[in-house]
Amino acid sequence: MTNKAVATKRPNKIAKRNNNKNGYFFIAPYAIVFTIFILIPVVLAVILSFTNFNAIEFPSPVGFLNYITLITSDEVFMQYVLPNTVVYAVVVGIGGYVLSFILAWALCNLTKLPRTIFALILYSPSMTTGVAMTVLWKVIFSGDQTGLLNSWLINLGIITDPIIWLVNTNYLLPIVIIIGLWSSMGIGFLSMIAGILNSDESLYEAAAIDGVRNRFQEMIYITIPQMKPQMLFAAVMSIVGAFQNGMISTLLTGNPSPGYAAQLIVNHIEDYGFQRYEMGYAAAVSVVLLLIVQLFSRGANSLLTDKDVY
Amino acid sequence: MAYHGKRINPSRFEKGQLKIIIILLPLVIFMALPIIFIANHAFKPMDELFAFPPTFFVKNPTLENFTKLIKFSRTSGVPMSRYIFNSLIVTVLTVGLSLFFTTCAAFALSKIRFKGRDTMLQINQLAIMFVATAVLIPRYLVICKMGMIDTVWAHVLPLIAYPVALFLVKQFVEQVPDSLIEAAYMDGATDFQVYRKIIIPMIKPAIATAAILVFQQVWTNMETSNYYINDDSMKTLTFYMNSLVNANNTVSGQGMAAAASLILFLPNLILFIILQNSVMNTMANSGIK
Repeated sequence: MTNKAVATKRPNKIAKRNNNKNGYFFIAPYAIVFTIFILIPVVLAVILSFTNFNAIEFPSPVGFLNYITLITSDEVFMQYVLPNTVVYAVVVGIGGYVLSFILAWALCNLTKLPRTIFALILYSPSMTTGVAMTVLWKVIFSGDQTGLLNSWLINLGIITDPIIWLVNTNYLLPIVIIIGLWSSMGIGFLSMIAGILNSDESLYEAAAIDGVRNRFQEMIYITIPQMKPQMLFAAVMSIVGAFQNGMISTLLTGNPSPGYAAQLIVNHIEDYGFQRYEMGYAAAVSVVLLLIVQLFSRGANSLLTDKDVY
Repeated sequence: MAYHGKRINPSRFEKGQLKIIIILLPLVIFMALPIIFIANHAFKPMDELFAFPPTFFVKNPTLENFTKLIKFSRTSGVPMSRYIFNSLIVTVLTVGLSLFFTTCAAFALSKIRFKGRDTMLQINQLAIMFVATAVLIPRYLVICKMGMIDTVWAHVLPLIAYPVALFLVKQFVEQVPDSLIEAAYMDGATDFQVYRKIIIPMIKPAIATAAILVFQQVWTNMETSNYYINDDSMKTLTFYMNSLVNANNTVSGQGMAAAASLILFLPNLILFIILQNSVMNTMANSGIK
């Protein structure tokens, strides 16, 4: 009897789960906040990018003017911001990504205790995001002999006079890149460690029998194919990180940085939006930034997603 | 056979690992140096801060910089305790609300079937690539229109919806076996009971991870104080510490600023050390398929 009761009850419950209006209640709080603070701002940015808006008067439509200006007559953007951003994104995004994979893989060849300690040390810089460490970089890269780096280099006899690191336009971008790389081992890095650790052990044994001869081959043929989802997650994280990080140069040298030497696209947005109050134009730059990030993520997606089914 | 395979996650120490440690060690030290330096700098007495040539390690550690930091705040209009209070309220509210909203949404997205679910999932997937700084201006307009300038909500609400956190939690909820949930429904549980009694206890590692991620976002966030708050007494500790660094760009100010940096950094580090097992557990399911 009880069995039958269960059997008749069960389809009902499953049916109820199939179009369960309660789902909306559960998703509503998140969806509302998401809509107000992410979706609407993005839509607004797109709309504003077609207007001239100075934050006081009502925005007046100007068509594609902002985009045309950006491409044809914004010398700072074309000469400094775009090249800087590309260099930064390639070195910190791609370089940081490759580095975090190699490090994650190396760490996974260690036993748990040293692995945990090393991973913690490598991850901790990413927790310092910008603000907390400004003073640190200012002391290290200070332009006189009291600067730590200058003092070391003079002691080692590499330079004789202190270098004014944070004003010299030759050094600014490399410094920002080094700091960016230093703090790039974030959750993408942790994701890769977890991905490698969770790969199927039996495959490694099978591969050894099938003639995989060294760790490198093992990495290429066994580890990477298994952890592609994690690699994609990490790739998206490092792409976003690479384009998002503008704080470093603003905190070190102010905005705009001397000679626009370390001006990234995010700084350009802040410069126009909050210093010149040309918000329509800043919005156009924002839209371009969002599109670039989407484009790169698509690229990573097509590289790392398996189309064939095993 | 020369090569045995399966060197990932070894349980015992072997000679081969020494090579890896030796290669990694210089890099790990390089990565750790700045943090070791700031920790040393914060405890340096005045004469060591001024020392020439500059020193790396502290010789006679003192708490001078920390006491000066507290004293300095008395001379400014708003006491430091107020900033600490603000930061605590903002952090607790943001992390709490974000975890609640995120877990609810994750439950709905992976275990409840309703119309439009897949679309919502895809939107969130896209939003992982969202760059918050890009919409600083429109966000400002939205917050302005809603009358939230100079309120605590200007700090809290923009940071609650964090697509990466939702993605990670959702991946984890999917691991909860359907049979368990079916059984609960059969026993007459409501959706909320399933969420409360089954989902929440089973996804604790993911909750811990989301907590850390959101905490890092809100704790170090300066944009909300910078752009959405004009009233100094409503700004957060991070903002105060940063303005202090900028206002005292002298050697004596450096010690204070280093102490401030350390105060801001340590909660992050401690929280991560406590929860690192949960984080690694969550990350195993972080793949995008």
